[in-house]
Amino acid sequence: MKIDELSLIDLAKAISEQKITSYDATKFYIEKCEERKDLNAILEIFDDALDKAKEMDEKIKNGFKGKLAGVPVVIKDNILYKGKKASCGSRFLENYVAQYNSTVVQKMLDAGAVIFARANMDEFAMGSSTETSYYGITKNALDPTRVPGGSSGGSASAVGAGLTPVALGTDTGGSIRQPSSYNGVVGIKPTYGRVSRYGVIAFASSIEQVGPITKNVKDNAYMLEVLVGGSEHDETSLKTDVPSYLSQIKGSVKGLRIGVLKEIEEAVAGFEVEKSYRDTLKMLKENGATLVDVSIKDFKLTLPCYYIIAPAEATSNLGRFDGVKYSRRSPDAKDVDEIYFKSRSEGFGKEVKRRIMLGNFVLSSGYFDAYYNKAKKLQQKLINESKEAFKKCDCFVLPTTAGVAFKLGAKSGDPVAMYKEDLFTIMANILGTPAISVPFGKGENGLPLGIQIVADRLNEGVVYNVADFIESKGGDYARV
Amino acid sequence: MQEYDIVIGLEVHSELKTNAKVFCSCKNEFGQAPNTNCCPVCVGLPGALPVLNKKAVQLVIKAGLTMGCEINDLAVFERKNYFYPDLAKAYQISQLVRPICLGGKIELKEREVRLNRIHLEEDAGKLVHSTAAIGTLIDYNRGGVPLMELVTEPDITSADEAVEFLTKLRQRLIFAGVAECKMEQGGMRCDVNISVKKKGSKELGQRTEMKNLNSFKSVYRAINYEAKRQIEVLENGGTIVQETRKWDDNHGKSVSMRKKETSSDYRYFPDPDMLAVEISREDVENLRNELPLMPEELKAKYMGEYGLSEYESDILTKEKDLSAYFNETIKNINNPKEVSNWILTEVLNRLKDGSEEIKISPKDLASLISLVEKKIVTRTNAKEMLTRIWENGEKIENLVKEFGGNVDESELKTLVENIIKNNPKAVADYKTSDTPEKVFRWFTGQVMKETRGKANAAKAEEFIKEFLSRE
Repeated sequence: MKIDELSLIDLAKAISEQKITSYDATKFYIEKCEERKDLNAILEIFDDALDKAKEMDEKIKNGFKGKLAGVPVVIKDNILYKGKKASCGSRFLENYVAQYNSTVVQKMLDAGAVIFARANMDEFAMGSSTETSYYGITKNALDPTRVPGGSSGGSASAVGAGLTPVALGTDTGGSIRQPSSYNGVVGIKPTYGRVSRYGVIAFASSIEQVGPITKNVKDNAYMLEVLVGGSEHDETSLKTDVPSYLSQIKGSVKGLRIGVLKEIEEAVAGFEVEKSYRDTLKMLKENGATLVDVSIKDFKLTLPCYYIIAPAEATSNLGRFDGVKYSRRSPDAKDVDEIYFKSRSEGFGKEVKRRIMLGNFVLSSGYFDAYYNKAKKLQQKLINESKEAFKKCDCFVLPTTAGVAFKLGAKSGDPVAMYKEDLFTIMANILGTPAISVPFGKGENGLPLGIQIVADRLNEGVVYNVADFIESKGGDYARV
Repeated sequence: MQEYDIVIGLEVHSELKTNAKVFCSCKNEFGQAPNTNCCPVCVGLPGALPVLNKKAVQLVIKAGLTMGCEINDLAVFERKNYFYPDLAKAYQISQLVRPICLGGKIELKEREVRLNRIHLEEDAGKLVHSTAAIGTLIDYNRGGVPLMELVTEPDITSADEAVEFLTKLRQRLIFAGVAECKMEQGGMRCDVNISVKKKGSKELGQRTEMKNLNSFKSVYRAINYEAKRQIEVLENGGTIVQETRKWDDNHGKSVSMRKKETSSDYRYFPDPDMLAVEISREDVENLRNELPLMPEELKAKYMGEYGLSEYESDILTKEKDLSAYFNETIKNINNPKEVSNWILTEVLNRLKDGSEEIKISPKDLASLISLVEKKIVTRTNAKEMLTRIWENGEKIENLVKEFGGNVDESELKTLVENIIKNNPKAVADYKTSDTPEKVFRWFTGQVMKETRGKANAAKAEEFIKEFLSRE
């Protein structure tokens, strides 16, 4: 059995049936990571990974059962795993060691996972290209002259290059889906609150979620089943029952009502992704789905809405990195004011500083109503518009990005161009709905393009079913 | 001074009496070794999230109910952002737009002080200034302790009234079981907003805020100092600057901390990690039903139902523990007046003499009073018994054997007979005196003397009467 030819589900099965050892699987992927250091997708391979794998093999021999028993997993650098570094792509947390397990890590460990490495990311998840990491840029798995997308670029590139069967990312404005699209893999942002944020270093608390990045849709559904569920440590995590997602993948879209957003039809014109997008709709219709015209009138305002809410929350969330307690303190600081000023000046990168300033501005007295409150009202309006639209359809289909992965450095000098990378993905964060990116079709140089499926809150099952169907019709391109 | 009115508003912080902190499960406890009572949440580690302790909300609602506040049906928590080393997250979770309680009032002797609001927030850690070599250290044990902040309208007009207000507030919070208000531990802290204006003028003067007031006495002194300072500034043709001042209790003066222009913009916004709290009317009523009587209500009850004087009632309702003790004692003996007498004299005197707590149970005190009532022991002996219970923790059952009721009845009868036989002059006096009861009491005294007070006084009197009638 060739380990890298196995899906996550098949690998988990093979390990639990003791056809492959966790040790061999983990070793295999560690070697892969070593081979592809050029990508800079992985920041650290945990030195106890093989020991943990051996332990799991023992446990499995002794009857341990778990969905991820012995399965190697990569986490993004902003997810806390007790005793391991979590630097959030920042100099500020260069040597920060997690003091406790995040809920997602705990759930994976309980399911038997061997978490063997952490992946690079944009600093504090602020970016769309993994070029803002203090630890160097990550490269696209399919074309090293291009960006992997971001902020979960390390995770997506790692899965795309076959360095791990699965990686966790976080998605605040598209940070799982856009890099998944660029690396030809599958990534979901679950319903807000479906996965606990406890132990995930916060960027924009009210809109972000952890989600899996995998080689295919079924693996993704399988993995999400491990991660979901309410946490007593997170008020915003949903305490509702956790359904099986895999069982909702039916291999058919017959009778499904696919929402075609008027605003997307307009926005997509002339973009590289247009053909993929239209082909997807056509294909779904040919296979028995009904296309329904729907509208979210204020779609275009999702981007400005996001760039008010996210920086506002970020500026507050990042206040705790002050050089006083656990983060890096400037060696030149002489008093408490200097600890703040110098540590934050030296510890944060340019993009983070830009967003902190933006956030402070929109929250400052005299501007609060004009910006933050207005954005929150707009968010509510968008949610109401989406509820109307979801009465008419089961899900929306839209592109993940405008085109294929762009060249390294192409947008790093132009923040607005970079922000527009999230044009199609931000809506799901503002609405709190689940959204997946699945490869479909090719663009420039045969690089992958991604299609998004967005359903109403808690309808991950619909998202997975449609994504799986699209994947099945997308040829072998989904599998790298 | 007479030409000016003083206008005072208070902001009072009280630590709530919960078992756990407000956003994590660490203990809400004073006096632990530094940084031993902390967790990822209350030291603000990355990724940690607050989970509201509902008990704290309930206590704030209870506090509000004792002061006639309106309870909001939706309370929202907001972040107050500022940098200070004792504030682990660089923001304090507090409430701005939708606090738990709105309005309400406390009646003083001469006026009513309206409340603006009461809200719930978290306390910060504490800076500990060590030696120059070590510098400043931070103890986060207090971080995340639930605090209620009460804000009054500017209705207070003197230092005396401010202290009266605080005394009544403290009483209510303690009686309602909301807070312990231990000022020496920082359990209750007060900021004072103060301005002066020409007597009778409608227009308010510029105010200053005085921080760091940790006792009623410093509140009193700080107000008088600041009012005088402001009046002097105005009298000398100056203007008052809006500023925050810090009271220095050791030197009896205040110093400027920061002017308005350099004050922080707290950039409040709703905490995205927290859900808004829905407060149902049913919950509010249930909490109302849990409230014990407040001092004023108790006082009215003591005077009306129990016939105690206003003086007695005031004393008995001043402290929650004392009124609880009184209430418990009268459950065991239905004689409020007598219980009040005993508490006001015997119990309080012993407390004044240095005892830290009441060292006789309400049940035992009731028994003692009952023994006197039934004349099983004399009042004097009962007091002696109380002393021995208080000081040595002796058992009341054993003391009764020693002090009363254990002289055999026939022995007692013989004793009475002998006393009467041996005192013919007294017997004659008894028969001719205008005040025979005096002579009767003398006989009783003789019996007690002979028995060293152990005789059952009722029985003794019965026998004395019997033998005297035979003479």
